[in-house]
Amino acid sequence: MNLTIDGIPFDAPESWTILETARFLGLEIPTLCYHEGLSAWGGCRLCIVEIGTGDRTKLVTSCTYPVEEGLVVHTATKRVISARKMILELLISQCPTSKVLQDLAAKMGLNQVRFSPKWENCIYCGLCVRICEEQMMASAIGFANRGNELKIHTPFDKTSDECRRCGGCMYICPACTTRCEGTNPENVLCGRCENTLQPTCLEVYENNYHCWMGLKGECGTCVTENNK
Amino acid sequence: MLAKKEVQGICTTCRHASTCTRLKFATEPIWHCDEFEVKIPNLVENLLSKNNKLIAILEDVQNYYNYLPEETLKEISGRMKIPLKDVYGVATFYKSFSLKPRGKHLISVCLGTACHVRGAQAVASEFEKQLEIKAGDTTPDKEFSLETVNCLGACALGPIVVIDGEYFSSVKARMVKQLINEVSEGLGKIDIKKDQRIFPVEVSCPRCNHTLMKLEHLIDNYPCIHITVSFGRKHGWYRLSSLYGSFNFESEHEIPLDTKLNIFCPHCHTELIGGYACPECRTTMVTMIVRGGGTVQVCPRRGCKGHILDI
Repeated sequence: MNLTIDGIPFDAPESWTILETARFLGLEIPTLCYHEGLSAWGGCRLCIVEIGTGDRTKLVTSCTYPVEEGLVVHTATKRVISARKMILELLISQCPTSKVLQDLAAKMGLNQVRFSPKWENCIYCGLCVRICEEQMMASAIGFANRGNELKIHTPFDKTSDECRRCGGCMYICPACTTRCEGTNPENVLCGRCENTLQPTCLEVYENNYHCWMGLKGECGTCVTENNK
Repeated sequence: MLAKKEVQGICTTCRHASTCTRLKFATEPIWHCDEFEVKIPNLVENLLSKNNKLIAILEDVQNYYNYLPEETLKEISGRMKIPLKDVYGVATFYKSFSLKPRGKHLISVCLGTACHVRGAQAVASEFEKQLEIKAGDTTPDKEFSLETVNCLGACALGPIVVIDGEYFSSVKARMVKQLINEVSEGLGKIDIKKDQRIFPVEVSCPRCNHTLMKLEHLIDNYPCIHITVSFGRKHGWYRLSSLYGSFNFESEHEIPLDTKLNIFCPHCHTELIGGYACPECRTTMVTMIVRGGGTVQVCPRRGCKGHILDI
């Protein structure tokens, strides 16, 4: 399958998806609900790329889209970036306490969330459901209800006979790892920490070395927008 | 608040409450008797032999019990080799499935846009007030379940209320009390004067021409048809409503659904058989002579509503 990703012509095996090809070529596509050991789901939509040429381009999830002969893919056009940022904004407003989401936001340079935060603890990425079924062979948890009542839990909300308490769901959950509280725990976006060695938040945490030494669980270095 | 009724047939184990002897001694409404768990594997196997799609089976179970008991979902998941979480997911996804027991009568009040602007909210709160329950709940006497729905597709007739599958249009809050009373008396109560299709028939045995009517015993306010039935090793009387179009009956024994009955004349003890094949289930039907000419044929399989009037 001959395709072009970001101008690179490449001959990809038939069974590959766009995401796998891009990763093979070293092109970075942010993902959230994708995991190598699990089936692709296309739920979080963060891995969208633009396919096609001219006016007839469309956005597709690269993790579920199989490579095609003559496919032209752009992984980082303006349209892709702005759509991705919007998706991440929506995800963060659902669960601002997730470290994975905050890291993605920092990486993608998201500096505003225009939606009112919900402070939920699940983003319905389906990773726990899939790891339970595909890797742990337990099928103990699943989606229940629908719409705004959607939930992930065991059938009948009771202790499941199938569950072996392996903890796989918690291991893989992107919302279970809470973010660094940073300078302002009420803020929807965290302190935008990057692991550089230059602390920049000293003016906020005056004489508070706990912060940047990581003693309180914080990452150490806050880079505010102005300092960038 | 409605007057509290005496305990009526609510037990859904065999859906045969009218002849169940246990219910007579029950002091409070019960959903299931002891036979419940024994019956479920049989039921599920029976349904699986007809259908092998999950939603179709869940619909059948819901039709049977009026809701989806937890045990049936486990049984289905085990037999169909579908993880329980998926069966549960499907059962909770669709609004027509209910995991909670529903009352005898299901009241759905439409709160769609068109109904809403015509005051459906007032109707819904009036129902809540009269039944003393919140939407989505069932009254403690297990008579009514109230739910709100978002559109029933009959917006021109709004505000719409659906009770046991019957649509009531342009419902106003002041009509609610009357509706509830009507329903608790029974929508199934057939108004013979209004409905031309429903009329009483008088039948006799095709062999001895002895009348089969029992004048002193009334069903639907008309003399009933009295015959004897046998199934398995049981033998006893069986009384049918003489109204053509009504399926009310009484029986000496509890008859499980789908049992094929052998029906006899109580006078000459001939088996009443030899009709056409039932249009619904192909069982040979039972023939009786209608006074005034012609025959009436009914399907002898319990639960089947196949019947033919041949004049």
